[in-house]
Formats: sequence, C-alpha cells, structure tokens
Amino acid sequence: MIALFKTVIHLLAGGSFIYLYLLIDSGAFGADPVKDIIHFAGKSAINLLIATLLVTPLAKLTTYSPLNRVRRLLGIYCFIWATSHFASYAVFELGLDLSLLSEELLKRPYLVLGFSSWLLLLAMAVTSTRTMQIRLKSRWKQLHQWVYLVAILIPVHYLWSTKSEWIEPLIYIVIFTILLLLRHKQILNIFQTLKLRESFR
Amino acid sequence: MLIKIKKQSDICESDITSESIYLKRREILKGLGLATAGLAFPGASQAGILDYFSKKTAPIKDRRQSLSGRVNASYNSDWELTPESKVISHNNFYEFGMGKGDPINKAQNFKTEPWHIVIDGEVNKPYKLSMEELLKLFTPEERIYRLRCVEAWSMNIPWIGVRLADLIKRAQPNSNAKYVAFETLYDPQQMPGQDSRRIGGGIDYPYVEGLRIDEAMNDLTMLSVGLYGKTLAPQNGAPIRLVVPWKYGFKSIKSIVSIKLTRQQPPNTWNITNAREYGFYANVNPDVDHPRWSQGSERFIGEGGLLSVRREKTKIFNGYAEEVASLYRGMDLNKFI
Ligand code: HEM
Repeated sequence: MIALFKTVIHLLAGGSFIYLYLLIDSGAFGADPVKDIIHFAGKSAINLLIATLLVTPLAKLTTYSPLNRVRRLLGIYCFIWATSHFASYAVFELGLDLSLLSEELLKRPYLVLGFSSWLLLLAMAVTSTRTMQIRLKSRWKQLHQWVYLVAILIPVHYLWSTKSEWIEPLIYIVIFTILLLLRHKQILNIFQTLKLRESFR
Repeated sequence: MLIKIKKQSDICESDITSESIYLKRREILKGLGLATAGLAFPGASQAGILDYFSKKTAPIKDRRQSLSGRVNASYNSDWELTPESKVISHNNFYEFGMGKGDPINKAQNFKTEPWHIVIDGEVNKPYKLSMEELLKLFTPEERIYRLRCVEAWSMNIPWIGVRLADLIKRAQPNSNAKYVAFETLYDPQQMPGQDSRRIGGGIDYPYVEGLRIDEAMNDLTMLSVGLYGKTLAPQNGAPIRLVVPWKYGFKSIKSIVSIKLTRQQPPNTWNITNAREYGFYANVNPDVDHPRWSQGSERFIGEGGLLSVRREKTKIFNGYAEEVASLYRGMDLNKFI
C-alpha cells in the first residue's frame, strides 16, 4: 500500500518536471518562459509543503500510521521544487549575478522569508536520512519542527511577492492556518519547552 | 454603417520574422554579430534543450496584416531587436490573464474590427475615428524603441505608429487641457480578466492611464498600430496602443477606445491598485528601486534560450534623457515615482 502511495508521489511530484517541460515546449508560457517557470516551481513547492503537512493529521484521522512513511518523500520533493524555484530565479532571471542575488536576498522582505525558508528546508533535507536521524537523536525532532515556521513564512512570501493578486495567497494562508491549528497543542508545547529552558538558566 | 472587410493574410509560425532577417530587410548589416555578444553563459551558444525553448511559440491563428511605416532612422535603427516571436508571446495584458503566455494563448479571438477611438474632453473639436480613417489621416512611421517593463525586463521593438501629438492637435485642445486620460476597451465577454477578479489579478477595469499634456505632446510619444511590419496582435494591444518609451511599460496602455483631455491629473490603474509601488509618472529610473526588486538593472530579452541571460544596466529615462529630462526639471524624481 505504501509502495503504491510512493509511486503516486513520484509520478505526480517528479512527473511535474515533465509537465513543466511540456508546458514550456508547447508555448503555453510564451517564448520567454522565465517568470512562469519561477511561478510554476514555487507553486509546486508550496503544494508539496501542504501535502507534507497533511500526512500526520491524515494518519491520525484514518488511524493508519504507516502513512507517516510517505512524509519524508513529500518533504524531499518540496525541497527539490523549492530549490528549482530558487535556482530558476538566480539563473534565468538574474543570470547568476551573485552580487545582485545576495543583495536582493537580504534587501527584499519577501525574499528574506523565502530564503530563510529554503535554508530551513535545506537543513531538513540533508538530515532526512535514517543515519542522521539516529545520530542527531532528540535534536532531530527539534530541527524538523522548524517546518512549522516554514509553514508560516511561505504563504507570507507568496502574498508579498505579488503585485495585486491576493485571492490565491489568501487561500493558501487559510490552508496553512488550518494545518497549523491542527497541531496547536504540539506547537504550544514547543513554546512551553522553550520557556522552561529559559527559566532553568 | 459600411464595414470594410480587408482580405486577411494568414500568417503562420514560419512567417514570423526572425530578428536577423528583419534587420537584413532593413539593410542594416550591423546587429548580427551583436546578437550573440554579451551572453552570460558560455554554454548558451551550444545547441541544447534550453536553446530549443527559445524557438517556441504556440501555434496560433495569426490574424495580423502586413503594414508598413516610413522608417524613421533617427530612432536607433541599428539596435539589436528582440525576436518577433518573443515580442508577441511574452506579454503583460491582465485582461487576458496574469501569465506571460496567457495573452497570446487567450486573446486570439479578440475582435478588433470594427474599432473606434474617441478624442474629446477639453478640446474645441472632439472627434471619433475608425482605424481605417485614422490610418488615412496620419501616416504611420516605424521607430525602434526600447520597452522597459517595471518588472525589470526589456525589449527592443520596431513599432509602427503615429505621433500622439498629431491626433491631439487635430482636436484643438483648449487652455484647460493639462492632462490626457486614456481608457482600454471594457468588454468582459471578450476579456476574461475583466470578468473574473481571479483571472484579472484583482485590479479594477477598464484599465486607465494618463499623461501630462507636455508628455503626451512629446515627439517620442506614439500611438502604435503595428510592429515588425504587421498590424498589432491582440496580445500587444491591438488595434491601437500607447507607447511612451521613457516610462515603465504599464503606462503604455493597450487597446485604447478613448482619449480625453482633462484639467486634472487622471487616475491610472496601477496607481489605484497599489499606490506604494506605482505612481503616476513611472519614469524609468535606476536609482529608485521597486519595493520588491532592484531597478538598477534589467534582463534584456534577445535571441537565445533560457541560459542566454543578459542583465544590462538600466538607464535614467530608459536612455531617453536627452529628449525628456527637461520635462521634469525641478521635480524630485524620488518622490514623483
Ligand atoms: C531563496 C529562496 C527563494 C527565492 C529567491 C524566491 C523567489 C521568488 C520569486 C522571485 C517569486 C516571484 C515573484 C514575482 O512574481 O515576480 C516567488 C514567488 C513564490 N515563491 Fe519563492 N522564493 C524562494 C523560496 C521559496 C520557497 C522555499 C517556497 C515554497 C516552499 C516558495 C514559494 C513561492 C510561491 C508559492 C510563490 C508564488 C508563485 C506564484 O506567483 O504563482 N519560494 N519566489
């Protein structure tokens, strides 16, 4: 069953690269597809972030705990698409002008959010292996809880990235709010632990 | 009313002029060498998948007719041009959707015949013209201008058009005429973006724009009716659109039905939508960043695929300072964005 789920994920999340290729090739993006590629990759990443965050609640709801085993794969695909999104911007849009890139990443609020989120996703992706999980012990969980921050930053990154459209970003904000509310106990716990640690100092 | 139906020459993909052929036709030998100069990526000249993309446009039913303008060589006739396939397929025209490829893919059934444009307001002789009448009264000329989008990309385009000043003079503006207001066609049945806020990017339609009268009367300001030797395609603002080359592209309003001389500064769509980011003047200015990106440089869209990225420094007034800087003497360009 899990193998089937994983195959479907590969087909959808991996297959989207083929779909993107076909969109470009068919002219759906016009003869200069740069902006639309950035948008497509960003959308894929945010949708995969939602999918990743849906796993735990769904597993609970269905009491089918093996479902949790697809979470890592979804998270990695989210990272791959986020990286493609970042790379498309850096390469196709800025022509890898690194001084302009670093300046923009620090100067524009929406890019500060996007870039910090990408760094967090990077940290989670490189520690996503079983070995890393064992080696980091309890700190592994702490690290991967940062995904909740990503879930707050990314919809804001989207909202702030647009010129005038706010309907779709708002829909995403609602979705992420629900996903976070489903875990409000856990998130409050994180703050509680932080507070405890403060008072032990 | 008599509607003249012209024979339409069907133009298919293979007829789309490449930059080099076009330049040859203009008997300009320069430019070919330029086309490959300045590539940011050495690999870009090798044939590969990313180059392949550069040749693609959607197979479209092209209804453009050939149209020639007297070449005005004083307007940068030796510039490298953006390939026609990119000029007609990379567009911002939210009336047809927000994606750059949406306009070419969704606007092909846009009806541009018959079409009338009205010039009225603070004038002694308001008038209304069909496109045929307009082209009889005013001789179109061809000029190569650089188009600089507020989103920091640019193109060099061989426009065909008439001087806005000529149309305005014909209406005899009175002494109250201080500004010029423009309006795009409002027809939600034909323009899906006007029908749905989601498709149209949440802006209020019809799209409106404005210029100060001295900007409108400047010799650079054109009403374009064609490009690359053909009438305008719907996605480029057929059948008639404004071209103000020293201002960001959004000032150059498309598919115009009304030009009104006014006493007061008219509203303009992007300023209404987001006043913090877009002003009335919108003069190209590398020193004033957009809140979300630098305006100091731009991605020039030329020949080549995804990897032939060409960032170029943006020039004050888009390179037209000599012609227009005097219009803004004494104005704080950091304030009047
Ligand atoms: C360094 C990292 C990042 C950079 C430089 C970056 C850059 C951008 C840029 C340039 C845009 C488009 C703005 C425009 O329309 O002009 C954008 C939009 C967007 N980004 Fe990012 N981003 C980053 C990280 C992320 C991450 C990690 C995600 C998701 C997990 C993400 C999701 C999105 C989404 C959903 C949009 C809106 C797409 C649309 O308009 O359809 N971004 N980003």
